[in-house]
Amino acid sequence: MAGAPTAGIQKTIDDPRLQLAIYSATGRLVSHRAGSIRADLLPEYQELRTRAHELKRHTIDHLDHYLEQFESNVVAHAGKVIFCRDAQEVADFVLGLAKERHARLIVKSKSMTTEEIDFNERLEHHQLEAVETDLGEYILQLAHQRPYHIVAPALHMTRYDVAEVFTKSLGVEKEVEPENQTKIARAVLREKFLRADIGVTGANFLVADSGAVVVVENEGNARLTSSAPRIHIAIAGIEKVIPRAQDLAVYLNLLGRSATGQPLSVYTSFLSGPRRADDLDGPDEFYVILLDNGRTMLLVDPEKRESLFCIRCGACLNHCPVYRKIGGHNYPWIYSGPIGAIITPQFHGVMQHPWLPFASSLCGACAEVCPVKIDIPKVLLKLRAEVTEAKSREGKGGIERFAFRMFAWMMTHPKIYLPLASIGKKFLPVLPKLGPLGKWASQRELPKPASQSFHKWWADRQVR
Amino acid sequence: MTSREQILTSIRSALGRTAGQSVPPLPQPVLRVPYSDHKALVDTFVQSLEKLAGKAIVVRAAADVVPALAKILEGKRLVASNASYLENCGIRALPNLQTGFTDPAAWREACATADIGITSVDYALASTGTFVMLASQQEARLESLLPPVHIAVFPRSRIVANLDALLGLLPLPAEQTSSMVLITGPSRTADIEQILIRGVHGPGEVYAVIVEEN
Repeated sequence: MAGAPTAGIQKTIDDPRLQLAIYSATGRLVSHRAGSIRADLLPEYQELRTRAHELKRHTIDHLDHYLEQFESNVVAHAGKVIFCRDAQEVADFVLGLAKERHARLIVKSKSMTTEEIDFNERLEHHQLEAVETDLGEYILQLAHQRPYHIVAPALHMTRYDVAEVFTKSLGVEKEVEPENQTKIARAVLREKFLRADIGVTGANFLVADSGAVVVVENEGNARLTSSAPRIHIAIAGIEKVIPRAQDLAVYLNLLGRSATGQPLSVYTSFLSGPRRADDLDGPDEFYVILLDNGRTMLLVDPEKRESLFCIRCGACLNHCPVYRKIGGHNYPWIYSGPIGAIITPQFHGVMQHPWLPFASSLCGACAEVCPVKIDIPKVLLKLRAEVTEAKSREGKGGIERFAFRMFAWMMTHPKIYLPLASIGKKFLPVLPKLGPLGKWASQRELPKPASQSFHKWWADRQVR
Repeated sequence: MTSREQILTSIRSALGRTAGQSVPPLPQPVLRVPYSDHKALVDTFVQSLEKLAGKAIVVRAAADVVPALAKILEGKRLVASNASYLENCGIRALPNLQTGFTDPAAWREACATADIGITSVDYALASTGTFVMLASQQEARLESLLPPVHIAVFPRSRIVANLDALLGLLPLPAEQTSSMVLITGPSRTADIEQILIRGVHGPGEVYAVIVEEN
């Protein structure tokens, strides 16, 4: 797999502490999920998945309609919708608004979409402080790292790592108890919440018939982000829209269970517009940024389009034998695991990371656990085909094509094949030591050849 | 062309659609609401909340609420929403309570410094132990969020079976409120070594006081 970050992968595989952290964290999430979808607890689980898939297909196939409906309902509740094509347009809008309102401090709740556009870095250049408030994201922001996992961003860090980050960045005494570390973060961030001018959240769902943004979380930081500051901005990919509030019965019943095994996450906020006349609190201004950032390119192919159905539960990461070995930071972009392997090449172009669609055994675990039934292996195969086609357009892959043509010819000519096979059998044990095969064989055990070939066995049978 | 038009145009050309083209009707949503009587709903709610380390107290009548909470409330700085049900229960008359706010700044300050926030709920979901609150003149947002302890007091008639039942009753929540929140147990995180810690940003302790008589 030319181009793969082999050094980084090797380092992850050789780090026993990191291997244990990834393995036990994903293992725990796997068992929590399994416990929450047991047939006696949720007999309709498979039906919900089918429904979730069909609803997403319908919505994405008519995306323009539902985005316009969403927009007009946000406006009807005194909110504003801003369509942004890319990161720069998001930054321009937020910076412009911050300048107009004399804002200095932004609090942020966890959002993969804002990770996608390097939101914090873009604002920092303009003396606008943006603080992550999800505990894991806050630790990563202080440590200048990107998330390791879609729902458990600091999965790779130990309490000792956290202690070091806190002492270095916050100047506090060394504290290694997670409970006390959480208290430290709570105190620092509480002050930020109360002082912030703008709160930026992501969105798990955009509800078209209500003009509402739905945010799901466990800590309460997204509630604070959307309630305490006088301006709330939700930044969401255009694919987050669902038709009706009642469709949440499908998605909320799947999301928490698939992500962490919770029937419902602790806080589900259904937000539509700024505070109303009689409200004592809540934001004065409410904006929804609808971000393209390459998503419209993913719409073109009707089969690969389903990559946009993802509700970011992280179940495919937890169940993936590749993710569980190589972890999150060896993937080229913020989206890791199987979903990252199909999304990243489509956003960046397949030839940016030609190795990525091949970094899978196609075992299918991801598709089996996906709550919206994205056929990830099918999309991986399509991407592999695209990589191979692109390579042959570039005149590459000639040796491989030649080898397969030879193989096909040999297999259809038994007179040649049979003597070659018996010679090959003798060479099999030394084969792994030969050139490029060595790498492949180093991770695998080759089967021992049978003492008697099938041809011989068959011929002997015919005689009797 | 604005970004809006550009994005909508690329979507339409990718999907082979034209502006304003109609959309085939969606099948009706399926909502699954099991039948249960009031007593079963209360039992299920209590079990669900306790599973999340929330605490539930069931009392007979509104007059029993304050005595049942006396120990928890003693000597604490309290803030309460303007829910009329709290008035019925005598909560609003507690001496250490701040309530009846109309000024947003004073309200925020009170919530930020209170030990306990007291609210009612608009609905409660039995199967998950969830409080449902719609922001209004009666309920705000910060009193169930800033104090380290949240107590919700409500009659058992507000308990419905599950999320599906709620969405059946409120097909369009945005028509009634700018903010509907579902609160399912204490605030929690497992971001450091997957160790469960309660009370990260929201309340670490959550109580439900369920009144059996309406």
